[in-house]
Amino acid sequence: MATEVHGADVVTEGDGIRRRDFINIAAVSFAGVGGLAVLFPLVSQMNPSADVLAQATTEVDLSAIQPGQAVKAVFRSQPLFVRQLTEKEIAEADAVPLAELRDPQSLEDRTVDGKKQWLVTMGVCTHLGCVPLGAGEGENRGEYGGYFCPCPGSAYDTAARIRKGPAPKNLLVPTDKYTSDTAILVG
Amino acid sequence: MSFPWAEHYTPKHPVMKWVDERLPLPRFVYNAVGSGYEVPRNLNYFWNFGVLAGVALTIQLITGIVLAMHYAANAGVAFDSVEHIMRNVNSGWLLRYAHANGASFFFIVVYIHIFRGLFYSSYKAPREMVWLLGVVIFLLMMATAFMGYVLPWGQMSYWGAQVITGLFSALPLVGEPIHTWLLGGFAPGDAALNRFFSLHYLLPFVIAGVIILHIWALHIPGSSNPTGVEVKGPQDTVPFHPYYTAKDGFGLAVFLLIFATVVFYAPNYMGHPDNYIAANPMSTPAHIVPEWYFWPFYAILRAFTVDLSIPFTGIVIIPAKLLGVLAMFSSILLLFFLPWIDTSPVRSGKYRPLFKKFFYLLLIDVAVLGYCGGAPAAEPFVMISQIAAAYYFAHFLIVLPLIAIYERPDPLPGSITEAVLANAKHRPADAAAVPAE
Repeated sequence: MATEVHGADVVTEGDGIRRRDFINIAAVSFAGVGGLAVLFPLVSQMNPSADVLAQATTEVDLSAIQPGQAVKAVFRSQPLFVRQLTEKEIAEADAVPLAELRDPQSLEDRTVDGKKQWLVTMGVCTHLGCVPLGAGEGENRGEYGGYFCPCPGSAYDTAARIRKGPAPKNLLVPTDKYTSDTAILVG
Repeated sequence: MSFPWAEHYTPKHPVMKWVDERLPLPRFVYNAVGSGYEVPRNLNYFWNFGVLAGVALTIQLITGIVLAMHYAANAGVAFDSVEHIMRNVNSGWLLRYAHANGASFFFIVVYIHIFRGLFYSSYKAPREMVWLLGVVIFLLMMATAFMGYVLPWGQMSYWGAQVITGLFSALPLVGEPIHTWLLGGFAPGDAALNRFFSLHYLLPFVIAGVIILHIWALHIPGSSNPTGVEVKGPQDTVPFHPYYTAKDGFGLAVFLLIFATVVFYAPNYMGHPDNYIAANPMSTPAHIVPEWYFWPFYAILRAFTVDLSIPFTGIVIIPAKLLGVLAMFSSILLLFFLPWIDTSPVRSGKYRPLFKKFFYLLLIDVAVLGYCGGAPAAEPFVMISQIAAAYYFAHFLIVLPLIAIYERPDPLPGSITEAVLANAKHRPADAAAVPAE
């Protein structure tokens, strides 16, 4: 018996690999896979929970918003700007050549087909996440007539595209669809 | 280091003898901070700040554990629970003010400790590991302080969390998922507040663990000293106890006096009034600033206003926002390489005439960065912080290596004792007090 066990220890196959090497690698690999499996829930628990995701859509009633007006709604616990552009603002946005823009997008790209006057964007500056001014009555709308973030001076144009300052991107347009002529569902 | 001439621990009382044979903890303490640890005899008051940092951490741990007994990490009640601590809890105002100002004092002490290390080149061989662990502690402190500042859930807490976690969204491709993952939502909320609280409670103990490694690594070569000349014999050292326990005790008393003055008479001086407004995700304060100890780094972050792009093509390689984030993190990560950047064999800045000038320039530079970081992001502060940020990096990457090559250091004293005695000769009154060793 004893010699057999001892024998098993030193038996080598053709390429010099011992049975024990295989057992070592198999055991450590198995423990490694198990370790990763344990890591998964620890990492994934950090992602938004079901209740946070459940509040991930918002409905906005457009009927009360006059041309030139904007409202601040809440979408994913962040501000959402819904603005009805005036003819002048649309013309201003269309007049800008795309090559001049830091993040080239036309007003059409940023609105639903045929509803060009309804500009729906996040109210979150793409620089450091502040709420830009301009949605409220009488707030500073910056030198491009859209939104203005004072921290530290990002100016967005009437299509909420970044024109000046440190922010790298246009104000984000969330996915939205019209549930009726006067209401949209965002998210 | 346990120099061969260090006192040996010999327990006299039978109980201590009994303990020592079973768990040599008293022996360990005796050899680490007692009479068994020999320390250079010429340490000045800048060498107090390690001990002071330890005391500051202890103050934070004690007040923090008690505050956690009264605080509720829920976005709905967090702000109110802090006000409850201030108004209803017995001595709650004192504990909270001590904790909030304790963080500031911890950073004051640690910044002096770091600049001490920079001036006397304490990072040089054989103490690189002490320095590296120190930088790790500094990073952990920054994370802990940031998360702690979020907990009162005031306006600055909320928007600080928004801005700092937003930094990660600057990373290409993975940025947004990481941002959402860190927050557990699309904006700072309950999930973020709870995990910050959990980690804010955990990290100080991690810091305490790394401090043990920091001291362990220090005690292998032993403390550096103001001459930068290594210990050569028993005449160069004195036992830690009672010499430096007394000196540290005096420094500690001064520290506590200043600390108490601020806690009792100016507890909100270093805070921001906006943080006494409850968090409001719909309205951003006009001027978001972190706590003062982050201002220099915040200035570096904001110094980058132009994208890095291929000239004349408009193709952006790195957007300005990512540049700022990378620069801010590099400004600290740079310190990890310092022991190998500064190749001058002379340690102490006292004997390095050129280095000394640039050291003071760096000191002013960081102060300027700090001032700009706390100021609104408008001209002239943006331009000043750009120049100051450029010098910060140039100091470490260009100036230090060049000084190491071109500087002609002053002659070093033959030994610590020689330096001490030469110093005493200039002051005849003290000469008599030099022990005849």
